[in-house]
Amino acid sequence: MEASARVIRGIPASPGLGVGPLVRLPRRVAPPADEPAPATLEDGLAEVAAALEQVAQGMEARAEGATEAAKAVMRAGALIARDPDLADLVRDRIAEGLGVTSAVAAAADSFAAQLESLGGLMAERAADVRDVRDRAVARLLGQPESGVPRLGWPFVLTADEVSPAEAATLDPALCLAIVTTGGGPTSHTAILAAQLGIPAVVGARGIETAPERVTVAVDGGRGEVEIDPSPARLEQLRTREDARKRALEGFSGRGATKDGHPVPLLANLGALAEAVRLGAWDVEGVGLFRTEFLFMDRDRAPSVGEQEAIYRRLFNGIGGLPVTVRTLDAGSDKPLRFADLGLEDNPALGQRGIRTAGKFGSLLDDQLAALAQAAERTGADVRVMAPMVATEAEAEWFAGRARARGLERVGVMVETPAAALMAGRILRQVDFISIGSNDLAQYTMAADRLRPELAGLLDPWQPAVLQLIGLAAEAAGSTGKPVGLCGEAGGDPALALVLIGLGVTSLSMAPPKIASVRAALASHDLRHCRDLAGAALAAPTPAAAKQAVLDAAAPILAALT
Amino acid sequence: MASKTVTIGSRTGLHARPAAVFVEAARAAGVPVRVGRPGGAQVNAASILAVMGLGVEHADQVVVTSDSQETVDQLAELLARDLDED
Repeated sequence: MEASARVIRGIPASPGLGVGPLVRLPRRVAPPADEPAPATLEDGLAEVAAALEQVAQGMEARAEGATEAAKAVMRAGALIARDPDLADLVRDRIAEGLGVTSAVAAAADSFAAQLESLGGLMAERAADVRDVRDRAVARLLGQPESGVPRLGWPFVLTADEVSPAEAATLDPALCLAIVTTGGGPTSHTAILAAQLGIPAVVGARGIETAPERVTVAVDGGRGEVEIDPSPARLEQLRTREDARKRALEGFSGRGATKDGHPVPLLANLGALAEAVRLGAWDVEGVGLFRTEFLFMDRDRAPSVGEQEAIYRRLFNGIGGLPVTVRTLDAGSDKPLRFADLGLEDNPALGQRGIRTAGKFGSLLDDQLAALAQAAERTGADVRVMAPMVATEAEAEWFAGRARARGLERVGVMVETPAAALMAGRILRQVDFISIGSNDLAQYTMAADRLRPELAGLLDPWQPAVLQLIGLAAEAAGSTGKPVGLCGEAGGDPALALVLIGLGVTSLSMAPPKIASVRAALASHDLRHCRDLAGAALAAPTPAAAKQAVLDAAAPILAALT
Repeated sequence: MASKTVTIGSRTGLHARPAAVFVEAARAAGVPVRVGRPGGAQVNAASILAVMGLGVEHADQVVVTSDSQETVDQLAELLARDLDED
């Protein structure tokens, strides 16, 4: 077998294939330690004012000929650089004895922190303030402004994160793709990249060790980055991308099988900005809205009023589409400062999800109250669900809390084998279930999601995982209640057919994956999907299951996967 | 001193674009303008950082204050519109 190039898997952020040399975004310039104070306050102020004005003019110049989204970011950046309150705060800091760059950094940071404390959309503007800070500090030190390099030849950009201002200056003709280690599909970068039509993968841990200028192939629809692929492999990737584009032509609108059996295709979201821009994607709603972002990096839990305001913006932002909100999933690999249960030997098997509810006073009740109020005020179609449920009693408890606050449609996640086996009884307590396939694979196969060497066991094509999904879906089918799936499995067009064949009724995934799944479903009857599910279940290994499905499916599937 | 209370019309609140449009208009007015929640702190309307820092949402109320009645009317009219839509 031919040695395969290294493949880094991240989160798909903007579809398409980009191939080129990897270029790292220059590191930001920090204020020097022990920076001396300026000779006089007036000298310092004049120096800072000149640097901020240069930054403002630079941003205005870049706005010309840029896209509408980029113009808005540049315009806001110029306004920040010329902000009178920022200038006042810089003056105070210099008067206290700070050097010019330290004063600019301190003043900008305090505004950024203030915006962050507001949460939601305002918090995302903090990145704009920091971008102005970095540019001004660089100017003051006589160095080139941070930002996207102007190389004059095409490249693939990589960074920890790309700030909105940096993303806004990307020239789609020269920037072939973006790969970030941080971010998540939540990031502004992902949205701007998608608007600019630049393929992007975020959360790609491992790209930071790839050498500068190495050729990489970025598949933004699959979330894969191949390092130094062979010419033959590149040819394969290009052929695959061309075929995928052709296969997608002509499919749009609501998800359904070829014989018209509806399959709502929904988005997994985890930040407000994505919701506000959901219209850019052809989706029927939000199948999983993760609320963790509201609570991260905070010392105290947000109040009911603060949460309600954010949920209201979320519901307004998605413009009347149904949304399923998952209550706070804390614990395990997502610890919170204000809800810390201490170190556990086996955090994935410990106090997480619904198990932490009731441990932190009114945390869950506050969230449910805020969701109910926001739903009532906006008239939005809101469902709530709890993570990490293992028993009927937990489902009953959660449903009671949620309904007591006026939330009518209540569900739970099926992430544990226990919940999958007991889905019928759990559905006596709730209105729907949603299968979290990533965690279900982890707990079914007893394989830690965070251990890359166990990836084979975590494959959602594992027959044991499919069996459990089938059991849960069958139980739901006999009650007539919906059973969604909101893990990465739903974004694989071949596996999506199997899932629908097993009885899953809706699929929620990263938005860039929806188009391929829609085309796959529209090319197969429900009966055909059931046959494919049977073939997958009968196969001895994940690879054999996938092959069996590809062999028995319509030819278009090969182009979509 | 003229002032007017107005309900925010922008879908995303006084966030990036609506905040920028408002601040640019306030700067262009050429007279000092302050803005804030009724009964809350009033900030410099020429400062985008201060205006965004109010954390004003869609359908929230704010008060615009200035020496010029014309400026107050103009800016209040602007805030009542959905500046995300223009």
